Amino acid sequence: MTSIGTGYDLANSIFSPDGRNFQVEYAVKAVENGGTSIGIRCKDGVVLAVEKVITSKLLKPGANKRIATIDRHLGVVYSGMVPDGRHFVDRARDEARGWRETFKTPIGTADLASRMGGYLQAHTLYQYVRPFGVTAIIAGYDSELETPVEGEVGKGPSVGAGGKVAGKKHGGPFLYMIEPSGLYWGYYGAATGKGRQSAKAELEKLDLAGGELSLEQAVKEAARIIYVAHDDNKDKEFELEMSWISGADGPTKGRHEEVPKAIREEAERLAKKALEGDDEEEEKKDDEKMEE
Amino acid sequence: MDHRPQNWGRPRDDVYGAYDGSYLQSSGPKQATQSPIVTGTSVIALKFKDGVVMAADNLASYGSLARFTDVPRLRSFAETSVIGFGGDVSDMQYLNRHLTDLSIDEAYAAPSSTDTTTSPGAGTLNAANLHKYLQKLLYSRRNNFDPLWNQILVAGLDSSEAPFLASVDMRGTAFTSPSLATGFGAALAQPIMRRYAETDEQAAQLSREEAVKIIKECMKVLYYRDARSLDKYSLAVVTKAGVEISEDEQLEQQSWAFAERIKGYGTQTV
Repeated sequence: MTSIGTGYDLANSIFSPDGRNFQVEYAVKAVENGGTSIGIRCKDGVVLAVEKVITSKLLKPGANKRIATIDRHLGVVYSGMVPDGRHFVDRARDEARGWRETFKTPIGTADLASRMGGYLQAHTLYQYVRPFGVTAIIAGYDSELETPVEGEVGKGPSVGAGGKVAGKKHGGPFLYMIEPSGLYWGYYGAATGKGRQSAKAELEKLDLAGGELSLEQAVKEAARIIYVAHDDNKDKEFELEMSWISGADGPTKGRHEEVPKAIREEAERLAKKALEGDDEEEEKKDDEKMEE
Repeated sequence: MDHRPQNWGRPRDDVYGAYDGSYLQSSGPKQATQSPIVTGTSVIALKFKDGVVMAADNLASYGSLARFTDVPRLRSFAETSVIGFGGDVSDMQYLNRHLTDLSIDEAYAAPSSTDTTTSPGAGTLNAANLHKYLQKLLYSRRNNFDPLWNQILVAGLDSSEAPFLASVDMRGTAFTSPSLATGFGAALAQPIMRRYAETDEQAAQLSREEAVKIIKECMKVLYYRDARSLDKYSLAVVTKAGVEISEDEQLEQQSWAFAERIKGYGTQTV
């Protein structure tokens, strides 16, 4: 950054002459130091996982959750400054509640991403605020079922106009990632935080766009990817936190829930095993080299 | 042409007489709901060995008009409790929306419901908590002279996972019993249910099948005798395993033979 110290990095709302907003770029730096979080969108659901770095031995294991529920069918995980993430979650809950109040129906994942994208973008425009120091991953499962409008009288006409397009698929699993600039895209697999490079590399190997991976497999892959991403910086201990959302006929019945302990522990066991396997191979290679 | 804007769009005074403004300005105290508009009739419920059965028909009446015939009046809360609403349907919808928001707020901090290592419903409101909440809500509304015009039954499990059944009305009056009924049901169904379960001990002897049979029998009596009822109804069973609500039950084996002998019943003119 050649323009550092030229005064263009002192405030939001001022571009540098080469067209950059330095405050936003510094916010991205804050994200890059946070614990890795990932999201996987598979054929029958979405999985969120986060590497929760243990900052003190006095913290109770399993407490202090990092993945938050926004609405029944929506979850959020974030990397970066945790207080900023907490505020992001509060705002997202307000948006989801407001949507229900106005439209009497749950907010769609895309709509929530759009609302939150707008909110983060607004924090890049003004002198008196700073951008969010988080990149957030939003996971949701929009119901494919005929969702009743809350509190409706009767069920409406059984035939005829109902506002549905014949043959069009409604609902399904969705995954969005929002950056400090307010930029958001929909993803098959998303990763952010310290270990994002190796996590992204692992996610790309999964062929998520092919739509073959099941939710149960995705949970195991998510655990493994977090362990792989952590492997690069072994210095600190961490806890794995995972949540998932399936469709109405899946294990969570369309709700965002923490992955049950038994399933998570099994996934962690497999992840550790996979890592040990890799290490052994590397050691073997090293040995072979030594012999040469 | 009348050039005073306050008179535009109104019937002309010289043709219809001066407008009676008293309809728009209330000179008396503020008045909220004075009577229910669209209403649901009885809700009945009975405890049994492992849970509670509840039923209410699917009718929303507009006065004596059977206006809406597909309005389920039993709602589940947090998949652990059932709430049955009698009385005003718009107030039921308000409460339903309010309770949906409440259950979402509760779920922010709740552990996974699919996780068997924690006890079911831990961290969420159980039926006893929910009943207490509704009682406080309805009582405070009546103290503001703006009551929610409902009689409500709450069924589920209490903190010791025993079957729980309680009622609360629009004034905040709350009580509990092995069998409960609102509206006409209090007169027509309650005596039948008490015949089988007058005490909690007797209710604890009932099997699920027996309880459902008694409730179905009561729904039939209510349909025979209550002119604001319908033969399509909802039936809910709540146990430790969760809530099952069926919203398209149909009264079976009706016999209207008795009606012929009763004067003033049905379509007889003499």
